[in-house]
Amino acid sequence: MNALGWLKVALFAVSLVPFVRLVVLGFGGKLGANPIEFITHSTGFWTLTFLCITLTVTPLRRLTGWQWLVRLRRMIGLFAFFYAVLHFVTYVWFDQWFALDDILADVWKRPFITVGFVAFLIMSALAFTSTHWMKRRLGRRWSRLHTLIYPTIILGVLHFWWLKQDKNDLSEPWLFAWIVAALLLFRVLLPYWHRLFPKHKRDQRRAATVMQQATARIAGRPDPLQPGRSTRRH
Amino acid sequence: MLIRNPDSLHPAASEITPQAVYRDRRRLLAAAGIGLLGLGAAGRADAQQSVTGQSSLARLPAKPSPFSTMEKQTSFEDASTYNNYYEFGTDKSDPARYAGTLQPRPWTVSVEGEIARPKVFDFDDLLKLASQEDRVYRMRCVEGWSMVIPWVGFSLSELIRRVEPTGNAKFIEFVTLADPKQMPGVRSNVLDWPYVEGLRMDEAMHPLTTLTFGMYGGVLPNQNGAPVRIVIPWKYGFKSGKSIVRIRFTEKQPITSWGRAGPTEYGFYSNVNPTVDHPRWSQAAERRIGEDGFLQRKRKTLLFNGYAEQVAQMYAGMDLRTHF
Repeated sequence: MNALGWLKVALFAVSLVPFVRLVVLGFGGKLGANPIEFITHSTGFWTLTFLCITLTVTPLRRLTGWQWLVRLRRMIGLFAFFYAVLHFVTYVWFDQWFALDDILADVWKRPFITVGFVAFLIMSALAFTSTHWMKRRLGRRWSRLHTLIYPTIILGVLHFWWLKQDKNDLSEPWLFAWIVAALLLFRVLLPYWHRLFPKHKRDQRRAATVMQQATARIAGRPDPLQPGRSTRRH
Repeated sequence: MLIRNPDSLHPAASEITPQAVYRDRRRLLAAAGIGLLGLGAAGRADAQQSVTGQSSLARLPAKPSPFSTMEKQTSFEDASTYNNYYEFGTDKSDPARYAGTLQPRPWTVSVEGEIARPKVFDFDDLLKLASQEDRVYRMRCVEGWSMVIPWVGFSLSELIRRVEPTGNAKFIEFVTLADPKQMPGVRSNVLDWPYVEGLRMDEAMHPLTTLTFGMYGGVLPNQNGAPVRIVIPWKYGFKSGKSIVRIRFTEKQPITSWGRAGPTEYGFYSNVNPTVDHPRWSQAAERRIGEDGFLQRKRKTLLFNGYAEQVAQMYAGMDLRTHF
């Protein structure tokens, strides 16, 4: 197995830690006085955290130049979905016992549940279309579809915000809101990245020159990977 | 409309206490009868294994109370580690974690306002004011969970009678300690400190309203409102102020801390009522903490938390939707 393979295994193991912790605490009877609340809060927290990590991949790749980071992103996103499924199942099964009347009344009464449910539906669609096969099938539309991660995370923070409003304590939702705002701001500033970081721009220009020279050297022969295109700016 | 339910104090068949628990309870009552409520060392292990549990804090001898429910009691561990006490943080595990800094002695309670005999009570005098009773009450939190807790205390009316309220005394206000040195949460601005709660005079005089000094046979743990708190079993838990330093009799309805934080959400009365929802969630059902473990469904919430027979007449003719 190559280095990236090992890294994926390690990431998988680390991502399972919050789940394993819940299982260990659960069998040890250590989930506190209200285990269902504990599990709901914990899985909700990790869903939001993993969503934030997926959105950190692109900025981190830009800052470090580590392109391979993007190859870990799908797993991180699927772990966000994994914790969202646990969160959702805990609510529908152990909190409400599939009592549809109660659930509908609850959704009506508490808009934060509606918001969370919408976010969960979008995440399901993203998880469903996360395979290589689906990516190939959807082509260009795939990227467009997966920009839905942005509304998802905003709904997720809103869900948490409205929940914590019941306790009159918004310190944790604020923290997530700031992190998400910073990650979204990065995307807004991305087109101006080269101007904001001139050093990087110089490197880019140098890279482009090298590419041009290389292309000139093999002039006449079409690029086998990118027919019709010799250079491509990132 | 109020519906008087004469069965409100009697458990449904499904709620009947198992025999093992009942036997244990009989032993407890017998022990109380001979003034040994704090069980001997030999009995302790048993008691801890039972659902009752025992406080490990200093004993507080008391006689049994006719107001007690026979329902299965929440374990001492759950009742002392799952608390809302914002002066120590908003997470339910915060009070147990951080309340160690609270100094429950020396302690005084200033009783003042519209009364003939205002007085600053030393805690020990207050403790001896009337005979202590074991009162097992249901406790329903506005958040949708509940417990059954054996409190130790006496009716607040015992104190009220002794300070002789004037004709102007229409309400009573309870003020909780707010010392940032002892209470880390007071530095945050989640609520206006000090924590203020209040009752109408007839509610305060109601025998169920308890000036509380202990629980589970011992003195109150800090996180449960040591050294003295109020317990009003037919109202949502937040009405029952903890670590009381001042009791004031007023002509005007007090402005409570939660009332100030959310006037449309936390009414002055805040009587437990399954048909009057909080604006953001239903109050129809509740999760009984520690009830047969993880897979227990929620139970239906009872009007006035099951104390309708005792308290409903105080609200006769009032629209409980307006006076939520």
